[in-house]
Amino acid sequence: MQEIPMTSKKQPQHPLDDLIRTDRIPHIWCPGCGIGTVFSACLAALKASGINLQKTVMVSGIGCSGRAAGYVKLDSFHTTHGRAIPFATGLKLANPELNLVVFSGDGDLFAIGGNHFIHAARRNMDMTVICVNNLNYGMTGGQVAATTPYMAKSTTTPAGNPELPFNLPLMAYACGATYVARWTMLHIRDLTDSITEALCKKGFSFIEALSPCPVNYGRRNKQKPLDMLKLYQEKAIIKNHADPSTLDIDFEKGIILGKFIDLDRPTFIEHYDKIYRPSRLQENVPELNS
Amino acid sequence: MEFWRVPLDADTIQVSLGIVHILEDRCKGCGYCIEYCPKQALEFSTKFNQKGYHPPVVIKPDECVNCHYCEIICPEFAIFSVECPQTTKPGQAETNHAI
Ligand SMILES: Cc1ncc(C[n+]2csc(CCOP(=O)(O)OP(=O)(O)O)c2C)c(N)n1
Ligand code: SF4
Ligand code: SF4
Ligand code: SF4
Ligand SMILES: [Mg+2]
Repeated sequence: MQEIPMTSKKQPQHPLDDLIRTDRIPHIWCPGCGIGTVFSACLAALKASGINLQKTVMVSGIGCSGRAAGYVKLDSFHTTHGRAIPFATGLKLANPELNLVVFSGDGDLFAIGGNHFIHAARRNMDMTVICVNNLNYGMTGGQVAATTPYMAKSTTTPAGNPELPFNLPLMAYACGATYVARWTMLHIRDLTDSITEALCKKGFSFIEALSPCPVNYGRRNKQKPLDMLKLYQEKAIIKNHADPSTLDIDFEKGIILGKFIDLDRPTFIEHYDKIYRPSRLQENVPELNS
Repeated sequence: MEFWRVPLDADTIQVSLGIVHILEDRCKGCGYCIEYCPKQALEFSTKFNQKGYHPPVVIKPDECVNCHYCEIICPEFAIFSVECPQTTKPGQAETNHAI
């Protein structure tokens, strides 16, 4: 830990300043929004993982969460709505030595971009997908999302959501993800550890981070920012390796957090190279050629 | 340092001391750092920052144990702690009001 003399007149440097485009700070996220905390955990994990940051790219879609790509001081792409995963897939296929981090929102990744998620997981595309799940479309004013809990209020469900939300870890597992975890923005150390682990692991990794959107979700559901954090504290049940089918989001029942899936199977590129690019296999990754 | 149960080796535990740095003009006044500091070392300042928010202020500098929780929960990169070179001596944990 660097030491900063108290007498220094210079503005002290935040330990993550080297990974942030500080000229764009303060960011656009509202007071009490959890995206900044998840983003900060992601940056801390990038540092802790020891991966080559010169060969690491962050890709986001559209939404408040999608703004992350614009704040990280790495190569990054802010793509069109729902298309972060296919964009990252293209980057990975064209340049397999890159580490791909997709950082985006629940609406972006699971509504408009839902099919891309499914197929990237099925292919075991080598990337780490971090979903900030704030239970609604924050950026556009708080519409119902595929992740909004049953009976929760939103601008488009003023009397309560009649639909049931996705169980995201179950979906990721069922589609073929090889690493699946869920934390909240209050469980920052666990969240950071999971992101670190996922970054170091090959294959399709998925981390869901529950996060408050006080301005659009909280306001309509009578939850002040701190109420949401208290809810995470009270309702969290940490259960590593829990059966993914039990992980639906129901704040009455309690929210199960943990690392659920951590397994190994060949990635898309490994299969692809074996069949279509054997020359690359011989040059770069001889151990796969057995 | 307060304990729920005094550890048997309390007299040998080194409790670290932290120095908190606050980048006031980045703060949006969410209060998360204040609420979740395990030592209640922070409070809202009465003054306003450039954007009109009340940033936190350290009210109990001697209590900070450099746990970094304020730093990692802050959505704004506005607060962090560093290790104070002069760390509490072994045994101090015990002599403080243990419960
Ligand atoms: C093709 C297209 N359709 C719709 C929109 C409008 N739009 C912008 S952000 C957004 C939802 C974002 O929700 P989420 O991904 O959960 O991000 P959040 O703002 O909640 O972090 C929508 C529908 C758009 N920008 N582009
Ligand atoms: S609208 Fe919601 S998700 Fe978007 S920045 Fe504000 S609090 Fe965060
Ligand atoms: S480092 Fe820990 S003890 Fe010190 S002010 Fe921050 S949260 Fe409180
Ligand atoms: S957590 Fe950060 S933004 Fe919130 S009050 Fe503390 S310093 Fe300000
Ligand atoms: Mg959202």
